[in-house]
Amino acid sequence: MNIPVRHAAASSKLAIVDCDIHPAFKKPSDLFPFMEARWREHMTTFGEHLRQGLSGQLAWPRMSASGMRADAFPDDGPPGSDLKLMQRQHLDANGVEVGMLMQLSKGGMEERNLEFAAALSRAINDWQLETFVRPEPRLRAGIVVPQEDAAFAASEIERRAGDRSFSQIIISPRSSDPLGHRRYWPIYAAAERYNLPIALHVQGFSGGHVSTPSGWPTYYLQEHYAAVTGMQNTLTSLVFEGVFERFPKLSIVLIEGGFAWAPALGWRMDKHWARLRAEVPHVKRPPSEYIREHVWFTTQPIEEPENPQHLAEVIEWIGWDRLMFSTDYPHWDFDHPQHVFKFSMTDTHKAKVYRDNARALYRLS
Amino acid sequence: MIRQVVARALEVAPGHCKIVNVSGREIGVFNINGQYFALANRCPHEGGPLCEGRMIALVQSDGPGHYELTRDREFLRCPWHGWEFDIRTGQSWCDPKSTRARQFHVTVEPGEKLVKGPYVAETFPVSVEEEYLVVEA
Repeated sequence: MNIPVRHAAASSKLAIVDCDIHPAFKKPSDLFPFMEARWREHMTTFGEHLRQGLSGQLAWPRMSASGMRADAFPDDGPPGSDLKLMQRQHLDANGVEVGMLMQLSKGGMEERNLEFAAALSRAINDWQLETFVRPEPRLRAGIVVPQEDAAFAASEIERRAGDRSFSQIIISPRSSDPLGHRRYWPIYAAAERYNLPIALHVQGFSGGHVSTPSGWPTYYLQEHYAAVTGMQNTLTSLVFEGVFERFPKLSIVLIEGGFAWAPALGWRMDKHWARLRAEVPHVKRPPSEYIREHVWFTTQPIEEPENPQHLAEVIEWIGWDRLMFSTDYPHWDFDHPQHVFKFSMTDTHKAKVYRDNARALYRLS
Repeated sequence: MIRQVVARALEVAPGHCKIVNVSGREIGVFNINGQYFALANRCPHEGGPLCEGRMIALVQSDGPGHYELTRDREFLRCPWHGWEFDIRTGQSWCDPKSTRARQFHVTVEPGEKLVKGPYVAETFPVSVEEEYLVVEA
């Protein structure tokens, strides 16, 4: 598993912002220095209580390197846990100017014990700073908060918001209720107040809900598309609950859920909204307008139509200012910046997608 | 075309690979049961370091719970996205029609012949007694 890494620099000079990099801890007790004794004991004695039965293991066998790039395993710990390897293999080699950390586990997003969730959230946010962002200024943390305790989440956002090491807020799109529900609004209020985007990264089968609207999938391959319907349901909820009317400056980033479906969803919602909107008078504008204004999409894993030009058309519909490059390093299906787009792009579009859209959204300087 | 002495034949044991540099190009030289093959250390899918991947068997299945491993260590799996290639031909297993790893010709030459030239690598000491791998790239 320990394959030597080439010390190769990227051949292209294109500087990129990578909107999806997954850090990892070598072992869960790495969080202990950032937790009170009471919660260290709780974690050791009771562990996590998540709303699914497969805590700490994968639901589907992923035969090749546990869903990771085979050359991304450091000498000890899982891929993503060794900053030096991440720097050499990804940040340096691929010309990453800024990388957004997407920490998904142990941040309390799914923890049912909300006091413990709060302790995990604080710990994971401190841990991101100590382990990655302070030693590597190219990386930015996300404020990971448990969405089911919106009052705590808002207080944690407030506590971190002044620190530009944090560029966004991470909550789970596989929440107890669809994310447009009012119980989550204090999080959006805090996000808007501090001008921080809400990052929603796909979360597979977690959150206690069956992963597809029509039941459990049979295969890992099949489960992959649950990410798409999951994102559509989340977006539909945000639109029809009136979140974008209530929070006109809110920005949402949909990560790893694809994007080619977005125009079609917008067309359908606009059509039905035009005829049926008496039920939702708080939704004042065509749904696609809210999506166009409030939602950003990351690229990986990118759609690859047989005619690559078709993807360029889809991006025209979404808007070249709303798509942001991401790799998903160190996962097995990461996208390489020089190979991801199979059609030729103008320099202006290239600059937007690889760098400038993210720089503007996250106010990077 | 360059013909270059890249290694002593004994350096690449059966089931193993050695990555060599031929005028700036990284090439993996493989030994499959005494036969030598050479592939570019660049995956035709997205440019990953193909030859640093694992040498694996061909896995075939005729149904759930049944599988057969054949041709052990004759396939190569790219460490990036897991694309698999037949080391003997460079052919891609998942996209055989349009994807192929770049292959190079490799021969085993006796030192006795090589010291007479004209293809002796100046940086590589060649002795009469041994056999050497020569790559054309």
